[in-house]
Amino acid sequence: MKSLAELQALRDSMKGRIGVRDDAEGNIRVVVGMATCGIAAGARPVLTEFTKEVEKRNLHNITIAQTGCIGICQYEPVVEVYAPGQEKVTYVKMTPEKVSKIVNEHLVNGNPVLEFTIGANAK
Amino acid sequence: MQELSLNILDIAQNSVRAGADVIEISVEEDHALDRLIIQIKDNGCGMTEEQAAHVTDPFFTTRTTRKVGLGVPFFKMAAEMTGGDFSIRSRVGEGTVVRASFGLSHIDRMPLGDMADTMCCLIGCSPEIDFVYRHRVDGRSFTVETRQFREVLEGVPLNTPQVMQFVREYIGDQLENISGGKA
Repeated sequence: MKSLAELQALRDSMKGRIGVRDDAEGNIRVVVGMATCGIAAGARPVLTEFTKEVEKRNLHNITIAQTGCIGICQYEPVVEVYAPGQEKVTYVKMTPEKVSKIVNEHLVNGNPVLEFTIGANAK
Repeated sequence: MQELSLNILDIAQNSVRAGADVIEISVEEDHALDRLIIQIKDNGCGMTEEQAAHVTDPFFTTRTTRKVGLGVPFFKMAAEMTGGDFSIRSRVGEGTVVRASFGLSHIDRMPLGDMADTMCCLIGCSPEIDFVYRHRVDGRSFTVETRQFREVLEGVPLNTPQVMQFVREYIGDQLENISGGKA
């Protein structure tokens, strides 16, 4: 069973490596729509998958956040990526399966996955 | 919504938006009384009597992005279709308490679902808020408080993915220990 002592050990291993603030230069923000529409469409497992993928790859310059309804409920789950020096990219009809490709190609290598964006899916 | 834990996530988002800095979530599974009780309590901005009376109306919302507000009506419906009841108490400047009870063994009761996931979504996205999560199954219970985690972390952010992974497993272990979250 996990104990707070384990959290202490984790803290000690992380201290010193933490210096990146949310608003630091180079920080990428991943924003998941988490209003009723997003949650009902499956936003929670998408957000969880982003957290797990970032943890697995040990990435340190990524903030995962949430927002309310942005008004395109028919495209939920919606994820917006704000990378410095790039225009905002809006991914629509997200699933946990799409997450690793976005982390890999967009968050790590800087190339948005066009096939998952609203531009490629809007009718 | 397919799980009550998703309703909990949704209702608690209202508390986040209300500017609460303490949000208490409690789940009680009582097999003897055949009752499941879920309560979400916050110290956010609260609502006027008129607003509180209208939030169960799907066509009432304070939002301007669209004309409907379905979160509270969904939760109320989920409770009432199991022979349970729903209440909301709110006071401007003090906060809001949303409480729903469910027939635990009722055929129409949705499963509780993944509470660890719901808590991690809330904590990870609002690490500055004090979340208190209590879960009781008959005689056994636990309480998880983010304040405790923050004290141990000494400045390491709670929403660091590595820390969130710990929190997810920690809550999962606590649930397993009381055989909770299986409802």
